[in-house]
Amino acid sequence: MSNSLTQYINLFEENRELINSKSAGKLNAVREEALGELRDARLPDKNSEGFEKTSIEDMFAPDFGVNISRVNIPVDVAASFKCDVPALSTLLGIVVNDSFVPTSLLESKLPEGVFFGSLKRGAEVLTEVVNRYYAEIAPMGEASVALNTMLAQDGVLIYVPRGVKLQRPLQLVNIFSSPVSIAAFRRVLIVLEDGAEAQMLVCDHTQERANNYLASQIVEVYVGDGARFEACSIEESSANTSRYSRMFVRQEAHSHFSFNSTTLTCGTTRNEFEIDLNGEHAETHLAGMVIGSDSMHIDNDSAIRHLKPRCHSNQLFKYVLDDKATGAFEGSILVADGAQFTEAYQSNRNILASTEARMHCKPQLEIYNDDVKCSHGATTGQLDNEALFYMRSRGIPEAEGHTMLMQAFMVDVIDSVHINGLRERLLHLVDRRFSGTLGDCSGCQGKDC
Amino acid sequence: MSKKLLEVRNLHASVEGKEILRGVNLSVNEGEVHAIMGPNGSGKSTLSGVLAGNPAYTVTEGEAFLHGVNLLDLSPEDRSHEGLFLSFQYPVEIPGVSMVNFMRAAVNAKRKYFDEAPLSASDFLKMMRQKRAIVELDNKLASRSVNEGFSGGEKKRNEIFQMAVLEPRVAILDETDSGLDIDALRVVAGGVNKLKTDKNATIVITHYQRLLDYIRPDFVHILYKGRIVKTGGPELALELEEKGYDWIKEKNDL
Repeated sequence: MSNSLTQYINLFEENRELINSKSAGKLNAVREEALGELRDARLPDKNSEGFEKTSIEDMFAPDFGVNISRVNIPVDVAASFKCDVPALSTLLGIVVNDSFVPTSLLESKLPEGVFFGSLKRGAEVLTEVVNRYYAEIAPMGEASVALNTMLAQDGVLIYVPRGVKLQRPLQLVNIFSSPVSIAAFRRVLIVLEDGAEAQMLVCDHTQERANNYLASQIVEVYVGDGARFEACSIEESSANTSRYSRMFVRQEAHSHFSFNSTTLTCGTTRNEFEIDLNGEHAETHLAGMVIGSDSMHIDNDSAIRHLKPRCHSNQLFKYVLDDKATGAFEGSILVADGAQFTEAYQSNRNILASTEARMHCKPQLEIYNDDVKCSHGATTGQLDNEALFYMRSRGIPEAEGHTMLMQAFMVDVIDSVHINGLRERLLHLVDRRFSGTLGDCSGCQGKDC
Repeated sequence: MSKKLLEVRNLHASVEGKEILRGVNLSVNEGEVHAIMGPNGSGKSTLSGVLAGNPAYTVTEGEAFLHGVNLLDLSPEDRSHEGLFLSFQYPVEIPGVSMVNFMRAAVNAKRKYFDEAPLSASDFLKMMRQKRAIVELDNKLASRSVNEGFSGGEKKRNEIFQMAVLEPRVAILDETDSGLDIDALRVVAGGVNKLKTDKNATIVITHYQRLLDYIRPDFVHILYKGRIVKTGGPELALELEEKGYDWIKEKNDL
């Protein structure tokens, strides 16, 4: 029976030589296996558990173009300056659709042994690392993973060898830009060996905003013994952009992983975070901030699996939804048999700023153990009218009071970001977003950001 | 002759369909201090809420003018700009909004209303320092979120501090004495007295005569069942303290 996968399978079968010729190593080696998985598979739709509000099938059904022959698409790289963070000096890499575009001197600025660049190139020069981790952390048995694996030709590899601590944060700017509508199959592999440390900022932007874009993104993260990885992702895409991003994290003992996912503007976004705490004393902090308006749809889904004793996880997701925006949050915590002394907390707080906005949340706890501390809480409400009147009675105009209260609501999520200089930047972006002055990327040279 | 600052005529107001104010008349001139007393549920807080523009109340009849401006036509923020101030019985906690940002937004909104440029950062901070001194408000509170974690006394001092910053023509103090110990009461009342001039006016809403030992009223009104049923001088408050509200109730329930 035909479904949205059929067109991608046909595309692959008709072009496999071309696809392989523009990619490398392990990326090519697992394509046939991925194809095999897709034969009788379907992408999840609203009847699938966990996808009640977001149909992946519908997202992938339109006939997008895929740039399998790797035509060089010109892009206004200057627009990425928009993502410059004052007081934060980063090592910048840019991905246009799904191809890594090196910036000048990036490689020379990286410490010895550290790789931050094209995944295709990484598969050639760091064969051992890519062979060991690529398509190993994300489960191939799932259709969306198999689909991405079948078609991904490039993306990003970050490799930090044992004991190396990066001083400057890495910054990855994803730019969607194409003269026609396009689907990008991005792949990201992040490997921090034992004791390594890195910070990363990811920004997503759209140029040529009239076109339709679809992003399929699979991110695999390996955080070795005692390693530490902190990242923050900010999405500012267009109303015509659909994104299905899945992040799979494997953490070893004493490792630390923290991730903040911020959605400022988008079309339809589904982010999934699946984190395995695979060694004792591993620690995870997952935070999400969503500001929805117009007809934006944002669905965040987390699954944190405590597989070993004495691990700690903390989740905080906050949404403010206005107009006809819709949001969903499904978060699950699994404490496996034998994972004693687990501490796992989850909190989801939402504000509906209009009567037409909708929020769906479904927290889940599965505990197969006695000695644990776990909690979850979810609330959805409206802006505090008493606080608003108090502000107005002091002369603060209603609209400004609204903005201040919504911003105040997000303060703890912003505070969860520990990359210096970035908190102030996030506050500024959130302020502009709420006051309606966050522009689109086209023509912006960063001066007014 | 002193100018009329607040004029309330036959004011009726209801909340959720229930009529609370049933024809309040009140006239306040420059330089005057008025006390409004009355038993629980007589409509004291409703009156202050209605005058400040709390959207929870609906005005069904009557008029109110602030130095000649029709108050009921104005948004709460414009009432504030025009010179009305309400010290809340229960000041609201606003987690995540710092006192400094809150006051800066308030001050600059007022300046904008009068077509004035925003205050420079240094002028603003200088003003905050001066005004804090009036109610001995701790500097540390300035960096905290609005009223969050403040003690009862700190919250009320914070109200008077905001009043000092905004320099209202008419200040309504709603049960400012509730939850205050005697030392805090003295500081808060002292602050109110320092802010008193012959160009502004104060309306003190209270249950007890105690506060009126510190803030001396020119007139005392008794509000009962949504109407002002008796008006007198300071001696009326003493009479109430002595006899309670029962004689008022008996007289008006007939």
